[in-house]
Amino acid sequence: MASKKQPIWIAREPTKCSGCRKCEIACSLHHENRIWPEASRVRVFMLVPGADFPHLCAQCENYPCVEACPFKALSTSKKTGAVLVNVEKCTACGKCIDACPGRIPHMHPAEKHVVICDLCNGNPQCVKVCEEGGWNALTEVPRQGSAYKIHARTPDEMSRDLAIKLYGEQAEEFI
Amino acid sequence: MILGYAGKCLEVNLSTRRDKEVTFDDEVLKDFVGGRGLATKILWDRLGNKWESIEPLGPENVLLLLTGPLTGYFPGGRICVSGKSPQSNGVVGSTVGGELGVELRCTGYDGIIITGESQKPVYLFVKDSDVEIRDASHIWGKDAKQTVRILNKECRELLKKRYQRYGEFKEPAKVYIGPAGENMVRTAVVAAKWTHAAGYGGYGAVMGSKKLKAVVVKGTGPLPEAADMKKVKRFIKAVDRNAYDNKLWRRWGTGAGGYTVGAKSSSEPVRNWQDEWHDETSYGVSEFENRVWVKGCWADFGCPTNCLKIAMVKSGPFKGAITDNPDYELQAYLGPNLGLFTPEENVYMASLIDDLGLCGIQTGNVLGFAAELFQRRILTKEDLDGIELKWGDAKAFGELAKKIAYKQGIGDILAEGTYRAALKIGKMKKKDLLQYAVTSKGIAIGAHGIRSQKDYPHSISYACGVQGGDHTSTTALPIDGPGSEVWEIFNDSGVFCNFNSFGLPRNLRFDLYEAVTGLEMTRDDWSKNKAMRILQMQRVLLLLGGPDLKWTPETHDDNPSRFYEPLPSGPYKGKAADKNNVREDVRKYYTEAGWDEKGIPKPETLTKFGLQKMNKTLDKLR
Repeated sequence: MASKKQPIWIAREPTKCSGCRKCEIACSLHHENRIWPEASRVRVFMLVPGADFPHLCAQCENYPCVEACPFKALSTSKKTGAVLVNVEKCTACGKCIDACPGRIPHMHPAEKHVVICDLCNGNPQCVKVCEEGGWNALTEVPRQGSAYKIHARTPDEMSRDLAIKLYGEQAEEFI
Repeated sequence: MILGYAGKCLEVNLSTRRDKEVTFDDEVLKDFVGGRGLATKILWDRLGNKWESIEPLGPENVLLLLTGPLTGYFPGGRICVSGKSPQSNGVVGSTVGGELGVELRCTGYDGIIITGESQKPVYLFVKDSDVEIRDASHIWGKDAKQTVRILNKECRELLKKRYQRYGEFKEPAKVYIGPAGENMVRTAVVAAKWTHAAGYGGYGAVMGSKKLKAVVVKGTGPLPEAADMKKVKRFIKAVDRNAYDNKLWRRWGTGAGGYTVGAKSSSEPVRNWQDEWHDETSYGVSEFENRVWVKGCWADFGCPTNCLKIAMVKSGPFKGAITDNPDYELQAYLGPNLGLFTPEENVYMASLIDDLGLCGIQTGNVLGFAAELFQRRILTKEDLDGIELKWGDAKAFGELAKKIAYKQGIGDILAEGTYRAALKIGKMKKKDLLQYAVTSKGIAIGAHGIRSQKDYPHSISYACGVQGGDHTSTTALPIDGPGSEVWEIFNDSGVFCNFNSFGLPRNLRFDLYEAVTGLEMTRDDWSKNKAMRILQMQRVLLLLGGPDLKWTPETHDDNPSRFYEPLPSGPYKGKAADKNNVREDVRKYYTEAGWDEKGIPKPETLTKFGLQKMNKTLDKLR
């Protein structure tokens, strides 16, 4: 368990994801007080049935999205290491999405700004609900300077890998 | 406007290619809720005065995809598919799991009403308020897995092109038909996510008749606002906790029944219900886990139970077959019912049925029926286009399933479903074959028998249910008691998964309804008034029936004759349904339902529920 004092990271194990999308429900309830899958900062993709997985910010060590923002709308939280979006400054230009190796950020569906996981200020609701159900596809671990960037992968890349893990070479027919 | 609803439905006319928005009065939504209830109301209003002449597979039929106020709020998302059923000629509320219901509510629509028919294959693509009828000629003929692949790719590319700065789009949710639906096979399903199906009712054939290959939806809004979000969150937690404690389905899925329902309760179809007992440990769910499961938990939107597992055959003659667990119903109907007792053969059959867009229950039933006719030398190898349809021969059953989906040879007759096929083949062979048809009101009976009396259905569960053989909507005495259909009508009208409601205090679903809509609903108000109104309407439309078949209560409010034959083996050997008791229970049910001795709703019953207009329509049946 991560101590509350040190920054945390959300470890992800896509093979354990049931596709229940409770993480989307928890995230959107926390941030929007609505059940709102498209506004959720964590999104479950299912490009191939069965190969469901959560897609969320990996907090890369070098934060390419923050670097790429022309309006200085993105910053990193000193406390948690999460990327924070200043909705006043954000123009929804999408540069951060292009800079992200996993194309993880997406636009808020109703407002003119991007949404990125903020780790719920150190108490991520998606993890809570995933652990509660015993799936543990998302778990909380201490952030210890490992190579987080490798987790920033596009939905298509992740989908391909996961489908092959599940269905072997036959997965090619479904991708 | 009532909270918890988007407040409007989308109506698309495939003949004129026009769409419009349709709204319903608050009073209608209060009485009929959504899903199955609202479907019944819409169908009566639009088709009621000419019901008997409406051809379910013609352009006049109305296809409905309806959510309810609890869709997305009650854990376990579903959507209700309905219309005039090509199986029962009545109304069936047929629900299917997946994300479509939630996705649709997030577009700002509570449902989609589809009328007319297209000249060429099309699919409907709804992105929030944008509605498009798109060409589907390149997907027509494709199986389930390819249909899903192509639609995901195509629709994500469209979204990407149109909303360039949005970022990555998740796949839109969808329902679709396979080749069987395209060919208007009466046992065809409206399917989702490769393996999920709205099976009862035969609405895949209705989609096919309209040349509608799929309905694809991406909604980016929130679920319609709820009246009391604090309470909603509390009730969701209560449903989750209850499901987390239900270890059996979480761990094993409903497929745990593939062995136990046979061995313990002796109520599983074996060789077209000639028996209901088997003790084949090769069919234990742990065999499935060890030999074919590649994933132990799979769930639909918000579902805490994840009763789905994913199975794949990794070697041998059926290598490459992929499906879910299979669930209990498909394990039974595409297993013991065909004399198949290995996970690999079962997964092969289920995968093939998924791919073809057939219903595992209805098709498993008609395959078993055909095999019994072969066993009794009523159907010969020549009749079956050279197939030796022996119990336990998965390849032979697979071949026949393909013939059904493509309506080739004998498949053309079997594609009519068991009841109609029994009439047709019976005529050809000059024999009464209905004795081998295990159906009610044209709908094959779910895989839970009544003879041992050790399973949940009662003696009149299928005989009196307004959805015929539907095992999810069985009924019992008393008419508002725990075994009654009225509770399932609520699940199907609020539109959520009944599996997440097992074991919950009965009030909770009504409390959640209240928290979402802000409207009070008591159990009594539901079971004695609102559900009864819907039940009466479904009954009236079922009795009107037509155009090809009509049901006479005296003959058809009964069990299939097989259920009166004694069980030939197992711990309940010799047990059977008792004709006299069933007759008596049917009469009691008529009385409790407010029907006359002929089983027809009495004028005062209809008046009580504000359905006076139905009276005139029923006069000809009295």
